Amino acid sequence: MFLKHFFSTDHKVIGLLYAFTALFFLLVGFFLIVILRWQLAYPGQPVPVVGPLLGDANAPGGIILPEFYNQLGAMHGTIMVFLGVVPLAVGAFGNYLVPLQIGAPDMAFPRLNLGSYWFYLAGGVVMLSSFFVPGGAANNGWTSYPPLSDLSPTSGQTWWLVGMLCIILSSLLGSINIITTIVQLRAPGMTWFRMPFLVWAQFVTAFLLLLAFPALQAAAILQGMDRVAGTSFFLPSGLVVSGRPLDVSGGGNALLWQHLFWFLAHPEVYVLILPAMGIVAEIIANNTRKPLWGYRLMVYSLFVLGVLSFLVWAHHMFLTGMGTAISAFFQATTMIISIPSVVILTSLILSLWGGSIRFTTPMLFALAFLPMFGMGGLTGLPLGLATTDIPLHDTTYVVGHFHYVVAPGTIFALFAGIYYWFPRITGRMMNDTLGRMHFVGSLVSMNAIFMPMFVQGLAGVNRRLWDGGMEYAHAQGVLSLNVHMSIGAFALAFFQIFFIVNLFASLKQGRVASANPWDATTLEWSEDTASPRVYRDPYDYSPPGAPRDFVPQYVARVVSSGPAEG
Amino acid sequence: MTPDPITKLMLDILRMPPAASAHAADVDQLMVLVHWLMAILFTGWSIFFVYVLVRFRRGAHPVADPRGVRGRWSTFVEGGVLVAEVILLAFFSIPAWSSRVDAFPSAQQSTVVRVVAEQFAWNVHYPGADGAFGRTDVTFLSATNPLGLDRSDPAARDDVTTINRLNLPMGRPVIVYLSTKDMVHSFTLPQMRVKQDAVPGTVQPVWFTPTRTGEWEIACSQLCGLGHYRMRGFYSVQTREDFASWLAAETAALAPR
Repeated sequence: MFLKHFFSTDHKVIGLLYAFTALFFLLVGFFLIVILRWQLAYPGQPVPVVGPLLGDANAPGGIILPEFYNQLGAMHGTIMVFLGVVPLAVGAFGNYLVPLQIGAPDMAFPRLNLGSYWFYLAGGVVMLSSFFVPGGAANNGWTSYPPLSDLSPTSGQTWWLVGMLCIILSSLLGSINIITTIVQLRAPGMTWFRMPFLVWAQFVTAFLLLLAFPALQAAAILQGMDRVAGTSFFLPSGLVVSGRPLDVSGGGNALLWQHLFWFLAHPEVYVLILPAMGIVAEIIANNTRKPLWGYRLMVYSLFVLGVLSFLVWAHHMFLTGMGTAISAFFQATTMIISIPSVVILTSLILSLWGGSIRFTTPMLFALAFLPMFGMGGLTGLPLGLATTDIPLHDTTYVVGHFHYVVAPGTIFALFAGIYYWFPRITGRMMNDTLGRMHFVGSLVSMNAIFMPMFVQGLAGVNRRLWDGGMEYAHAQGVLSLNVHMSIGAFALAFFQIFFIVNLFASLKQGRVASANPWDATTLEWSEDTASPRVYRDPYDYSPPGAPRDFVPQYVARVVSSGPAEG
Repeated sequence: MTPDPITKLMLDILRMPPAASAHAADVDQLMVLVHWLMAILFTGWSIFFVYVLVRFRRGAHPVADPRGVRGRWSTFVEGGVLVAEVILLAFFSIPAWSSRVDAFPSAQQSTVVRVVAEQFAWNVHYPGADGAFGRTDVTFLSATNPLGLDRSDPAARDDVTTINRLNLPMGRPVIVYLSTKDMVHSFTLPQMRVKQDAVPGTVQPVWFTPTRTGEWEIACSQLCGLGHYRMRGFYSVQTREDFASWLAAETAALAPR
């Protein structure tokens, strides 16, 4: 009975499969980093409770070995980005909501859609299994820079490549599906500029996935060849490892991987953030009871972001030996790409002006997204300028920067989305008190984790250090922050219990919700989903002369004086 | 040169390692400016954000006004951000970068040294009095000769090599030719505001001018394997006299060979 859901081609079922699988992986990825944070706070001390379970090869006596530390770090990044956040943002929210919001009967290619999920699941299983191969999982950073990754003795790195290939295939199938669905299957009356902002965000995101991922697919195959077939795509001549000349043909280029990887991985950043912006925009419009401010400008900004995101990748590589001209180009594109982000963020904040703001649980998460994403975006500036990148590159400042973008940024938006659409999916509300405790606890503990990273990074503490920087004199003044951050991580873990309990308890015991509990305007809340028709803009909230403070898109009655859309 | 109070305030907040090279002031100046920009934007947005949340909460403002903000000041904010970024880029970041990578001093006026990274150590190679690096080859590699220096080469006779020890004279440009034997490493001298990836198969030149004497650490910033965390070396900026006598002593120690 339960298994039949794994063979459903219904976009809603597939969306939920994605959702639960991705939430599981988010939990796994988080669990890895909680163990890692113990090591950073108390280097060389046995991990309590789970220490004995980690295995003697990884943590003899519960003490994490450097090799295992590197596994935890690499797999935390990989799992969070590729198996957690993106599948939740795109696979779950995209699959579930896009057809509903545009009034499509299903995705354009339902079987492709199921195939996409299967490849995703396969990639996830491969990644998790790799922890159990001799030598353990990949331990060369989520970026897998060669020659380290090429020459990594554990076959876990090969498993990582195979897992990535599955995930990439899954993303490609999914993105083709979303693009085709949006182009072809919009309901009558659903013109482009009547699409909810979330649909636009998913549309641009799908193009990023479609165009960026093949670069990593090629790179992963090349690295796999280097590892199993003796090629040297990423291995130059003359390498000497552990005092012995390396027996390979050579002639390759280690930087090639970095270019191919970041050509994917920078657009990937926008894959992480655009759906989050879409979710936040929906929830803000609904809970301010007014249209989004600058909806069209925000849509145009999405496109600018999408195009520019392909032109900034080498700002991850300023210190690989870049001349003035190339660095000036990538600095300039990096500064320019901040402008559409600023436009979207400003529009979302300005959308609050004149509203009648309801502080519902999803709204709290959506509101917190704004300053947290702002913090993440702003701290990108000194990293995007090559000169200030010199002292900050590869320090914990970078880690703080992208975690502000992804954790209290994107993941908060995903939480907001779960609280918001839960009644649409289950017919029940999630518990508000638990939701608010989850919100406050997560907000405080995330800041407690990530804020000190800027302090450490400015002091020059590098990332990915097994002992958290204990070795270095310049780290001594900020070393105690490692303990504070780790306590923040343990607190964050505690506060997720409220969410997990809430999620499962509300399935059966949540307050029964009406069909449209948030008084929302978009199509997914329509009771009649058989053959919807669209008559108006997506956020027709508080139009003058209307009997209630919202007119759904599927309502034909024309109000006396329609609102001007910005 | 003492910084102005506003710069000094931000420097005190940022608490970077002490700056001890000629170009460090340029890096720190931009670091201060960009953090002021960030602070102003974040504070401004936050004040507006909190004000709006209070003023337009449902209790105080039960009926929404669908028209929203009028006026063009958001355009001015966005334009202002763009202008500030262009200034930072064109007048600070690009010139400072260009002076790092284009304006190399002549070798005659500089202390020239090779640094060869490997898991998990920094090998340092001084050319000695003749100013020429001796030949290195993989066939000469051994535990005691990690650079593979061919001591039979005349240019190599006065070459000084060290492991995890980089001594430099103050007040004179230094050119480091950085390479690696195995993985990608990143050569970091925090107080010099120097960081450069060592990319396998390439030699990366780096230059800087130490302006203060001191004893500090070389850090590796790029994950290079299980010992990455302990890939630490030491560097010392000495007076010219101290450096000369150190180098002379090291050279003298070579004589019996």
